Amino acid sequence: MIEFITGVVTSSNYWFIVLRSTAPILLVTLGAVITEQAGIKNMALEGSMLWAALVGVIVSAATGNAWIGVLAGIGAAVAVALLLGYFSLKLDANQVLVGVALNLIATGGTVFVLFSLTGDKGISSSLASKVLPVIDIPWVRDIPWLGKVVSGQNIIVWFAVIAVVVVHTILNKATIGRRIRATGENLEAARAAGIAPDRIKFFTLVVSGILAGLAGCFLSMGYTSNFTSGIAAGRGYVANAAQVVAGGTAIGAIFASMLFGLTDALATFLQNIGLPPELIQALPYTVTIIGFIVVTLIRDRKEAIRKRKLFAKADAAGGPAADKDRR
Amino acid sequence: MNREPKGSGGAERRGLLASARLFFTDRDKLEPVMVTLLAAVFAIAAGVGLIFIVSKQPLQSVRNFLLGPVLRTYNFYYLLVVMVPLTFTGLAMCIIYSLKYMSLITDASFYFGAVVATAIGVHLTLPAGLHPLVAMLAAGTVGGLIGMLPAILRIKWRANELVSSLMLNYIFFFVGSFIILYFLRDRSQTILASLPFQKTFILPRLIPNTQLHVGIFIAAAFIVIVSLLLFRTRWGFEIRLTGANPKFAAYAGIPVATVALYAHFFAGFLGGLGGAVEMSGLYRAFIWQMDPSYAMDGVIVAMLARKNPKFVPVSAFFLAWMRVGADFMSRRGDVAFEFITLLQGSIILILASDKIVNSFKARRLRRAALRAEAAK
Repeated sequence: MIEFITGVVTSSNYWFIVLRSTAPILLVTLGAVITEQAGIKNMALEGSMLWAALVGVIVSAATGNAWIGVLAGIGAAVAVALLLGYFSLKLDANQVLVGVALNLIATGGTVFVLFSLTGDKGISSSLASKVLPVIDIPWVRDIPWLGKVVSGQNIIVWFAVIAVVVVHTILNKATIGRRIRATGENLEAARAAGIAPDRIKFFTLVVSGILAGLAGCFLSMGYTSNFTSGIAAGRGYVANAAQVVAGGTAIGAIFASMLFGLTDALATFLQNIGLPPELIQALPYTVTIIGFIVVTLIRDRKEAIRKRKLFAKADAAGGPAADKDRR
Repeated sequence: MNREPKGSGGAERRGLLASARLFFTDRDKLEPVMVTLLAAVFAIAAGVGLIFIVSKQPLQSVRNFLLGPVLRTYNFYYLLVVMVPLTFTGLAMCIIYSLKYMSLITDASFYFGAVVATAIGVHLTLPAGLHPLVAMLAAGTVGGLIGMLPAILRIKWRANELVSSLMLNYIFFFVGSFIILYFLRDRSQTILASLPFQKTFILPRLIPNTQLHVGIFIAAAFIVIVSLLLFRTRWGFEIRLTGANPKFAAYAGIPVATVALYAHFFAGFLGGLGGAVEMSGLYRAFIWQMDPSYAMDGVIVAMLARKNPKFVPVSAFFLAWMRVGADFMSRRGDVAFEFITLLQGSIILILASDKIVNSFKARRLRRAALRAEAAK
């Protein structure tokens, strides 16, 4: 067993699958990170991915062009994100409930649309949809171990790498990044500083929609070559947990989504040696929630220590702040 | 705002008619109910519109969807059967929403409750009356313990309960189906099913040749129990106060964390119990291939009931009507059953939007203000 696992994790095949299954999670996690920084909990990422996966397949089959399919899929995902924004920001709806509702609509709605178009509820194989190209890298391809890992990956995997750079730049280098964080941390202060919070929030929602759209299209036009019902398999929810693990940074999102990717890839190998598939399928979610719990625990400890120091200072000064906010 | 009937007189306001009059004159109470009804009407209208878009014989499909439950006697009994799980998860969500928590863990409680009940129904030998009772208590307890998990994570480490409950739902679903497959599977069957339940485990049917079972009385009893618990006991008061304003509740000396924990235990208990009742009432063996996801329906039931257990039967009846109608329509036509989730989702969207729910009130206040301005 141990030898089997060490054998697996050193093989180039394993790491190829790790990159492939990390990519969609990384894209949505980045989407969750950027909206969270603006103070929005985008629970509708799962719904965004589902619609993107279906619309991508339908439009690529209709037009015969995978990229037009991807654009349409992104459009659908952004529309879901904008609906979340419209209901929660303009109609004062509970953000989490809106996300839950949009996911419910996506889960059943995609099946409804698929059935109405093809007469099949489970899979879109009757549609002649296109797949996105894989990237063979000359020279690199011939490097013994590394070549097999990085060459031959789907183009979306590289998009995910680019997305990390883009989101990192947006959050840290650009003025918009400061505005996003100001909006997320203190709405009133942001407004006083002349920032239009709603506009910032909608901007982050659009970005998260684009990222979730790419991830969704990858699932149905690269990872597999069909739309199947429930294809997102909770990846949107995983992203919401991974976002916490990521700690609000694009670099953190890499590690957080790798956590899922590593176990997800290991699970595909473990199924081959006769371990019960149900337990193995539960593994990536278990690792994600453990990571989620550990990170919130650490964050909470840090917060407690910071508060204690603050109160100690206030006690020493003997000011009125000493009694404020103590629990 | 002048609400004249309040405070004046006392004796004549007793009685059903008078309290109905009071209700219809108190617009603060009347308007949210109207919005809820309008949301339901809107969802049905949208559903009819959708049928006309996709169906080749729309009139027949619309008829089957709207009247399905009363077109066949069997369908109507089936509607009552469908109400049972919706009632249990709806009541559970009423409790969780009264606390202002957003956990969807009732899904795991329900599914795992069914698994626990299956294990007891297959393997234990007990007398007829006792057998389902033991299974329900065990399933409820396990469901309750599962229900507490997201609450514990939130209270101890402030981990978002919706995210943790969604992850846990997946984990418990996979572990549950593992237990069914490896310990309880009937290997003589080609389809995926557990071993058949023992005769003593199965709840009696109320009417022969229908699926209507005794479980509907258990559901009815729990509607009463949860109403009394939430509105007539100290426990319920503590739950509602904690939900309304946790800081105030803490200052008033209520152990906020403990309240949240036992409320979640009770909500999870209802979920697990619902799963067990479903197993012993409706089935002869565990045959769920997928998670039935009753928690989502529970969310809608609780929202339509405005978190009040008393209205849960009404909203469960409405939702069951839609489901049975959609089921009947999809069997006899070309519209997929899943179209119902579009309607359910739009109901949540409307009722979750404060601006929509309070639109009547806002308009009334604006008009009153304008009138006052004009009178000056």
